[in-house]
Amino acid sequence: MASKLTRANRAGWLMAGPGVLLMATFIILPFFLAFAFSLTNQRLASPNPTEYVGFSNYSDLLGLAVFRLEPERDDAGEVLRDDDGVIEYPRLRNFTRNNDAYPHLDGKREWFSWQSGENRMVVLASDVVFIRALLNTFLFVIVVAPLQAACALGLALLINQKLRGISFYRAVYFMPVVVSIVVVSLLWKFIYSPGDGLLNNVLGFLTFGLFQPHDWLGDPGTALGSIMAMSIWQGVGFHMVIWLSGLQTISPTLYEAAEIEGASKRQTFRYVTWPGLRNTAVLILIVITMQAFALFAQVDVMTGGGPLDSTQVLVFQAVERGYGRQDISGGSAISVILFVVVLCISLIQRYLTREKT
Amino acid sequence: MANVLLKGIKKSYGAVEVIKGVDIEIQDGEFVVFVGPSGCGKSTLLRMIAGLEDITGGTLEIGGRVVNEVPASERQIAMVFQSYAIFPHMTVRENVAFGLTIAGASKAEKAEKVAEAARVLQMENLLDRRPSQLSGGQRQRVAIGRAIVRQPEVFLFDEPLSNLDASLRLDMRMEIGKLHKSLDATMVYVTHDQVEAMTLADKIVVLKDGYVQQMGAPMDLYHRPENLFVAGFIGAPSMNFIDVDILSRNGDTARVSSDIVAEFSVPVWRDGIGSSGKATLGIRPQDLHPVDTGGVLEGTVTLAERLGTETVVDVALKNGTRVLASLAEDRVFEPGEAIQLGFNPERAHLFAPASQEEKLVAQTAA
Repeated sequence: MASKLTRANRAGWLMAGPGVLLMATFIILPFFLAFAFSLTNQRLASPNPTEYVGFSNYSDLLGLAVFRLEPERDDAGEVLRDDDGVIEYPRLRNFTRNNDAYPHLDGKREWFSWQSGENRMVVLASDVVFIRALLNTFLFVIVVAPLQAACALGLALLINQKLRGISFYRAVYFMPVVVSIVVVSLLWKFIYSPGDGLLNNVLGFLTFGLFQPHDWLGDPGTALGSIMAMSIWQGVGFHMVIWLSGLQTISPTLYEAAEIEGASKRQTFRYVTWPGLRNTAVLILIVITMQAFALFAQVDVMTGGGPLDSTQVLVFQAVERGYGRQDISGGSAISVILFVVVLCISLIQRYLTREKT
Repeated sequence: MANVLLKGIKKSYGAVEVIKGVDIEIQDGEFVVFVGPSGCGKSTLLRMIAGLEDITGGTLEIGGRVVNEVPASERQIAMVFQSYAIFPHMTVRENVAFGLTIAGASKAEKAEKVAEAARVLQMENLLDRRPSQLSGGQRQRVAIGRAIVRQPEVFLFDEPLSNLDASLRLDMRMEIGKLHKSLDATMVYVTHDQVEAMTLADKIVVLKDGYVQQMGAPMDLYHRPENLFVAGFIGAPSMNFIDVDILSRNGDTARVSSDIVAEFSVPVWRDGIGSSGKATLGIRPQDLHPVDTGGVLEGTVTLAERLGTETVVDVALKNGTRVLASLAEDRVFEPGEAIQLGFNPERAHLFAPASQEEKLVAQTAA
């Protein structure tokens, strides 16, 4: 077989050559380089030689610790309280900065904390911003994947009809997919703009002026949600087309058989349409998940990760670290973590949606 | 069980009329087969009975009730499709019980009815399989099972055997015949295969170009085809047609001849035959037999097919007309061999010439 591949298809390999070369240079090589760089202290430009540092880039990103902060006590052992009766604690940085008694806390910062009796339990992270980005990315995926898939399916069902001018609607819903995501992000930045943005204006008009203009992207509570809404809108057309192709593979006689058996619209969907879309659903879920994990341009254009890190996400962090801070090794480590996460999720999805026999 | 009555049924797609006024009466418990070439409208007609196509004109009654506007599910019909239309993700059991599931039947009722259908179709051992694990014949059995479970007034079959291979087709054909006898149900069956039509039908409806060409018992159609189309469509191999001139007509016989046929008398009972002019003579291949001398037709053998039970000889007559003779014996013919054919004039058919035929059909329908 190998000899056949190499000899008999010489012309074929020659023709595939340029493509293979380009893919090797720009996709496969960087992929392996990212693994290699993530184990070194490589910087974008540095006079110092690159050194192997093991997994320290990963521990710098993922390091977590729980620390029990005990209250300050007076000589009698009584808990000290301030004038309002609030318990006083020692400063956290006493433990995390150059304190040889607590080497595992060195350099970590507070992520969040909670009260446990007199003590305060503090969760510390080596890189709070990265953890924030990781969680935001997961939140983004968990919200966007099902919502976008569902909206796309809804649209596909609406559009999968023989009506006059239906291709107009198909084109309209598909249009955002064709427009560059950077352009779309800029447009939506105007839509979300705090003063006289389109969204504020429309909401104000619909509520007869009751709605107070809101700074959608400037409020940490709504910034990520705004990016989610815009991302769903932008990608829904693409997935609608995939659903549509799935819908059209279902034999019309199955619908006729269901009609004769007296199936209602809902029953037809449940017994004919949905089972027929199984493979399409697996594909769409995996594609949307991967796209959602790769969220970057919207954040870069619209918020730059802010406000207060509320829209930090993994790819944005990778780029920001690798090029913004010239820390190629750190950016590579984030990329590798992202790869492992996406791989795991895809494998889990494939397992969960496998063909049961 | 119920009868089905089609009165002046018409169907148009936009400006194109595909069914041009059809009247058919299907008795309670009757097995009626619609046959015709592709595009004749037979499937459309069946789908109109099923309620899958709107009726443009005329009335359709099932069991004495006009059902033009009644949805398919309320017409008391069940349909078996050429592509089986069984749900690929369901087991055989779930497929057969589908109608009951939709109607919200209890588990016990489903189990009982599925078991009954499986017994009738001898597929108890298949119930837990999935369609992908079944052969074509088994899939069609499942589709029929799903129809039986509905206990419909009328069974509709849309070319159910077309996707099966030849031997399976024979088996399933017999199965469907048996099923009809045991269920005693009204069945309407669409096929382009005249053997299926001849073997299964109580009544055959021959359709062409949206008109009924002839309707009747299989043997009526075989022995007394009303027009050239029916004559050519029913019977295999097809009837031979030879152009002749009418010399004279005397009551129900006419004397005919042509440049290749010596003068002889044929029975006449069809419309459109005068005492002179052109006509078409029809002779079934089975009615032609080789004779040593004095044959009515003379020609040379161009091809002989030996099937064991019969031999089909393709003969080129002197003026180039080709005829087929089917002999009920195994006999060797050499291509190029001269041959004389004789036949019993009583079994010959005389039709108005092809050009007049079309008009006659249109008139009868109108």
